[in-house]
Amino acid sequence: MNVLVYLVPLALGLGLAGLFAFLWALRSGQYSDVDGAALRILDDDDVQGTG
Amino acid sequence: MPAATDLSLYATPDDDGRLSMDLAVDGVTCGACIGRIEGAVKQLPGIAEARLNYTNRRLHVVWTGGALEPSRIVEALEANGYHGHPFVPLRAEQEEAAEARRLTRCLGVAGFAAMNIMLLSVSVWSGNSSDMTGETRDFFHWASALIALPAAAYAGRPFFQSAWRALKARSTNMDVPITIGVVLALGMSVVETAHHAREAYFDSAIMLLFFLLTGRALDHAMRRRTRAVAGNLAALKADTAHRFAGDEIVTVPAAAVRAGDRLLVKPGERVPADGTIVTGRSEIDESLTTGETARRRVAPGDTVYAGSLNYDGALRLTVTAAGGATLIDEIETLLEKAASAKSRVLRLADRASRIYAPVVHATAALTCIGWLLAGASVHDAIVTAIAVLIITCPCALALAIPAVQVVAAGALFRANVILNTGDAIERLAVADTVIFDKTGTLTLPEPRVTAAENIDPGLMQIAARLALSSRHPLAAALAHEASPRVPFDGAVEEPGQGVRAMVGGVEARAGSAAFCGTPEAAPLPGLSHIYVVHGARAAAIAVAQRLRPDATETVARLRGLGLDVRMLSGDRAEAAAPVAKALGIRQWGAALKPADKIALIEDLKRQGRRVLMVGDGLNDAPSLAAAHVSLSPISAADLTRAQADAVFLGASLAPVADAIVAARRARRLMSENLVLAVVYNAVAVPIAIAGLVTPLIAALAMSGSSLLVTLNALRARRGGAT
Repeated sequence: MNVLVYLVPLALGLGLAGLFAFLWALRSGQYSDVDGAALRILDDDDVQGTG
Repeated sequence: MPAATDLSLYATPDDDGRLSMDLAVDGVTCGACIGRIEGAVKQLPGIAEARLNYTNRRLHVVWTGGALEPSRIVEALEANGYHGHPFVPLRAEQEEAAEARRLTRCLGVAGFAAMNIMLLSVSVWSGNSSDMTGETRDFFHWASALIALPAAAYAGRPFFQSAWRALKARSTNMDVPITIGVVLALGMSVVETAHHAREAYFDSAIMLLFFLLTGRALDHAMRRRTRAVAGNLAALKADTAHRFAGDEIVTVPAAAVRAGDRLLVKPGERVPADGTIVTGRSEIDESLTTGETARRRVAPGDTVYAGSLNYDGALRLTVTAAGGATLIDEIETLLEKAASAKSRVLRLADRASRIYAPVVHATAALTCIGWLLAGASVHDAIVTAIAVLIITCPCALALAIPAVQVVAAGALFRANVILNTGDAIERLAVADTVIFDKTGTLTLPEPRVTAAENIDPGLMQIAARLALSSRHPLAAALAHEASPRVPFDGAVEEPGQGVRAMVGGVEARAGSAAFCGTPEAAPLPGLSHIYVVHGARAAAIAVAQRLRPDATETVARLRGLGLDVRMLSGDRAEAAAPVAKALGIRQWGAALKPADKIALIEDLKRQGRRVLMVGDGLNDAPSLAAAHVSLSPISAADLTRAQADAVFLGASLAPVADAIVAARRARRLMSENLVLAVVYNAVAVPIAIAGLVTPLIAALAMSGSSLLVTLNALRARRGGAT
């Protein structure tokens, strides 16, 4: 059962990583235009480097 | 006359000396529009950023100060076939956005905590029925506490703060029992863990928060979405004014007009602010303000009101009152009202919680005393009492109504109805009498050509294409008939008289009888004539208010729904009678002043009727407020639209009936959900009192009931169309 001593913190760490990824996405505005994001991915204008 | 457009009102400076502007963009239909719009704007000099939000159809532009006139952005959009309408983002909307982000953050934290604690809890539950050692269980419980306590402190703030506010105001709301339940569950779990107990309720407390936050975030998202649409529509409708700056004329947003300004109102434009005429004579259409379809002649010294349509001549006026009737204030009131609007059942739920909280807390106390009397230990009695509190936490009850509201508002949105107030759904559901205004509500807001079949089609086309070159309001009705919609080359408009152009080598004219040199047609009430000549051919084309295309069907459908349909008009009886006859409305009134309409509505209210008022004119605004529930078309006067509980879009009248059908279904689902929540409590509470609730049962019961209520709410999706 000693394996739990590092498995549980590891699981928590992974969960926390997910949480921080979510908070980062929220802060950087990834959820402010959910419909547009689905369409922007089809747009290949950025290939020419206008961005 | 140079006519520059001054949009600097809308440009807001930031700290780096850059300017930014938000525009509501009309005409965005597909994904390709994103690239086209942003590309067009980015080609302008000095643009630092241009980003279109496809979800709410808004464009945010940032540019270096002084590099560019804001009007160039609108022109660039116009050149690509889009209409951009700048607006000032309202502070209420920004606060909403911040609140939405806060709720989503709380939701994320609660979701993370709930998942990880459940991972540990499931291990404990299965370990408890096999060979888990006490040390391992304690370790798992402490790990749960480590996650649960900070997560609850963070994610529970919306509830704790609201409960605290309610308690400070010496009242209670749904958040008070929630807060007590969560805090006690966590407190008890910590104490139990310290005493090496087999069971702890960390997972219940966090899951409860997660479910409640989901409901709240959904509710919030729905309100923000309808608010964004309402804001865009207001921006689309925002009028401009031509203001004299010395001798020059500058076009400014109507919102920038101040009392004392001198304005020019060209033919075919709406009067942007209340004012007194200095020079010019014209006829003005005040149907939006009074419902009267006959036009009024105005001369210097007369007062004109914002929203009136100027027909014939250019007017110069001095503004007497800019505030009050202008758009910005009305949006503010509209939005403030929307913000403070809470469903009546929600308020009822708040009132219910005033009964609910004492009942639940008394039950818990009685459970504790009962077990003590039955000889249980103090510890067991308290644990059982807290289990009762956890199981009765109004999770399903708090989700029951918002869930339905979110789904129903979405269904109404698809049926082209936008809610202004949250409790409109329920009030719509109980309406038993519908009162329609005539002008602009049963009829289309603009006049249309009638009896087109009596006119030579070739001549009609010439007239229609001539009309494309005119700004006259009646010409717009005629221009609807044009196909192809191409104006004639070299068409010249004589203001207040008509349009002429060479067609096939012969001059064609459309406009007043004098301008065309033809005899005047016999005047008929509610009918205007446009005259057209082309060589030897001549005709008088009749233009009149026309019923909305599906008005007859909608009135019949409303009757089929068991509603008493009536009509009250501010227009003359001879104009109102044909409409009432065409629609089969037997009870109608005409030439009514706003006070008369209110008196009639009050009368009906005294008879115990619940009146739905549908109107668009400024004169209808007070009756809309007086009625039990109100609707108005999007073309309505601003003040009226702000007063209505919901606004419907498009030329069709069907959304009125659709809204009632959807609202009735939503109300039925709300009651069903409340019954489900009560049944859940009736089953779960005796089990909890008996002391049989384990954390596993609590988890199953709470998620089960919340899921059931949410799934039931989803049935409101089908409410949009029937």
